[in-house]
Amino acid sequence: MTDNKELNSPGYEIPEDLQHAVSITTIDRLYNWGRRWSVWPMMFGLACCAIEMIAAQAARYDLARFGMEVMRPSPRQSDLMIVAGTVTKKMIPAIVRLYNQMPEPKYVVAMGACASGGGPFKEGYNVVAGVDKFVPVDVYIPGCPPTPQALTAGLMKLQEKIDKESIRKVRWYQKGADSVELPIPVLGPDLMDPRRYNEIKMLAAKPAEPATESKA
Amino acid sequence: MTTLVETETLDLAARFPGSAAADTRPGYSDWIVNKDKLVEVATTLRDEFGYDLLSHVTGVDYFPDKMEVVYEAFKTTGGPGVLFKVQVPRVDPIEVPSVTPIWPGAEFQEREIWDLYGIKFTNHPDLRRILMWEGFEGHPLRKDWHEPFYEEDFKPLKSRWPDGKYVSSEDKNPYKDNLQFPQNFDPEKVKIDGEAPLYDTLQKYTTVDGGIKTDHIIVNMGPQHPSTHGVFRAAVVLDGETIVSLKPVMGYLHRNHEKIGERNTFLQNMPYTDRLDYFNSMSNNWGYSLAVEKLMNIKVAERAEYLRVIMAELSRIQNHLILIGMLLNDLGAYFTPALYAFEERELILDIFEATSGTRMMCNYHRFGGVSRDLPEGVLEKIRGLVEDRLPRKADEFDRLLTENEIFISRMKGVKVMDAEDAVKYSITGPVLRAAGVPYDVRRAQPYGIYDRFDFDVALRHNGDLYDNYLIRLDEIRQSIRILQQAVKQMPEGPINSQKPQYQVRVPAGEAYGRIEAPKGELGYYVISTGKPNPWRYHVRAPSFINITALEKMCVGKKIADFVVILGVLDIVLGELDR
Repeated sequence: MTDNKELNSPGYEIPEDLQHAVSITTIDRLYNWGRRWSVWPMMFGLACCAIEMIAAQAARYDLARFGMEVMRPSPRQSDLMIVAGTVTKKMIPAIVRLYNQMPEPKYVVAMGACASGGGPFKEGYNVVAGVDKFVPVDVYIPGCPPTPQALTAGLMKLQEKIDKESIRKVRWYQKGADSVELPIPVLGPDLMDPRRYNEIKMLAAKPAEPATESKA
Repeated sequence: MTTLVETETLDLAARFPGSAAADTRPGYSDWIVNKDKLVEVATTLRDEFGYDLLSHVTGVDYFPDKMEVVYEAFKTTGGPGVLFKVQVPRVDPIEVPSVTPIWPGAEFQEREIWDLYGIKFTNHPDLRRILMWEGFEGHPLRKDWHEPFYEEDFKPLKSRWPDGKYVSSEDKNPYKDNLQFPQNFDPEKVKIDGEAPLYDTLQKYTTVDGGIKTDHIIVNMGPQHPSTHGVFRAAVVLDGETIVSLKPVMGYLHRNHEKIGERNTFLQNMPYTDRLDYFNSMSNNWGYSLAVEKLMNIKVAERAEYLRVIMAELSRIQNHLILIGMLLNDLGAYFTPALYAFEERELILDIFEATSGTRMMCNYHRFGGVSRDLPEGVLEKIRGLVEDRLPRKADEFDRLLTENEIFISRMKGVKVMDAEDAVKYSITGPVLRAAGVPYDVRRAQPYGIYDRFDFDVALRHNGDLYDNYLIRLDEIRQSIRILQQAVKQMPEGPINSQKPQYQVRVPAGEAYGRIEAPKGELGYYVISTGKPNPWRYHVRAPSFINITALEKMCVGKKIADFVVILGVLDIVLGELDR
């Protein structure tokens, strides 16, 4: 357990004889404290980084110290999606669908160079240059792959972010927040983002410039 | 099978006058076969000459005049292989007869060639795209097909080098992203059902029993499923719990290694090979350096040869440990055995990190040697591991698991593959050896200095799940034996026979370098035109080819067995999808 000080900084004077029996704190603090130590990640590995994610769970690095050892294979039971690996065009519809299936509050960590921005494979024709083009990312962890220590540091950053939340402002308590789903990309001649249909139509109608004339 | 003709030199030109000729291009070898005679030549090679194991099939685009399909077959009794090619004009439709009826192991590789090169294989049982999705525009490995972030054909790119300017690829693309669409394309008008061709190939059934209609169930396992070890997917038709039909679906981690590899310089490809089978970057490097060293015709420094063996064998040990740990995960012993495995793996990764600088992506080999020598004290650490700790731990795993009754009742007698089928389907590595075929590249065609070590090719005979587990333990023990000898014999000396250089000169020609990776035969087929970049860079990935027979392995078994079969097949998606 953490030291009570974390919760117990009330700004009110508590008489000494009551100090072990009474706590005064804010709802926000209690709520954030409870959640930061029980983030359940989804058991979701894409590529090389997933192996370091498993290593971080295993004996030497032991993520259980952060209440994060409960990996859930189902998105319905998880709070955190660690995008561990290269995001491909073929995979992104599934990733967005998984994100939609996660209940709020949910967080996304982009682990490694590929998930953050395409990494060494950015130029590849089947590679999405960063998962943040489709789902909102909370923490980016650099590295190829990030070591378990780096992953742990990234997750601690996420905890700091959780600490700053306020129950009045978080998006999942806003009206209608539950029904907001991201549109799922479609695999056509290339990856099609439904949010960009009009833009794609407009740009494709333009006469081909030398840069786009590549297809023979 | 007919009796084998014992011939010292194989002369296809004499056997098939007019339809086969020696490949006389400088740096090339073996045979070019006439397209119409391909099936006949292939059958003869398999039945008369004994080339029973088709190692790899791949395409090469000799832009602008012709396409080539390259086949290489080996004998399971060992020795060098036979390489033969079919050349076709580069005018669509490009058609080549399929060799899948002769070597079923070619099935997925031919699908891959269709997907990436647009070469149609006539008589192929199921020619669909495999890595990209149905409906994708173009065949990406053709030399005249350019990806959306295309700048120029070869690296280093002029926009960034030598000035070191920062350029964002997004700015150069009209869609500001990794996208390209045909002229006047309207996304709202396309009707695409990429999944329909997949479901059409599944064998379905409906029965009426006592007036009650029974229908099939289709279950999709993956791409997000804890048992598939990554983003692998299998579409399964079930009758109750029994598998009726199964099709693997892949490409969810297709990272375009080969296209990127053709842009890179030879040395730039080295770190990319790390990311193929990300458990074993040390052995991935080796296959590639073997191929390029063959082309360059250089020798490897003596000490570096030993360092390569030590790193590759350590890598094999940690790979098999993880396999056993994860296999138990799949069987339901959640994470406890895996924790034991990871404990040992960390110790081996410590050695990799101390030597190469990183835990996983070691980027350790250089042409002619390795990049760094062992730092002080690391050799003692390795000695401690191989003389004391690892043999003890292998015994511990043995004690913990091998006699476990639940484990045995789940594993024993569930056949994965028998020897004959395994060879037909081009399966290599531990799965082939567990079926009773003593085929190990380290012995069949020794590379590096493996001929100096005393070790046995691990062999089991039943080909069931239990043997597939046991053979991993056997191999760990054999690897420890090799390591004990290597650590004793390693000489002092330079670690590279060449001067360190940024760009190497590689003479024109072709080369195939293959090693016995922990998952099977890992090979690289590299073509150089004498320029700083390879013309073709193909990876013969054991995970990809071993999965060809997945349907055959699984049909008739329970869905729970599928999970275990996939576990012992030891696939890794980075390599499977490349």
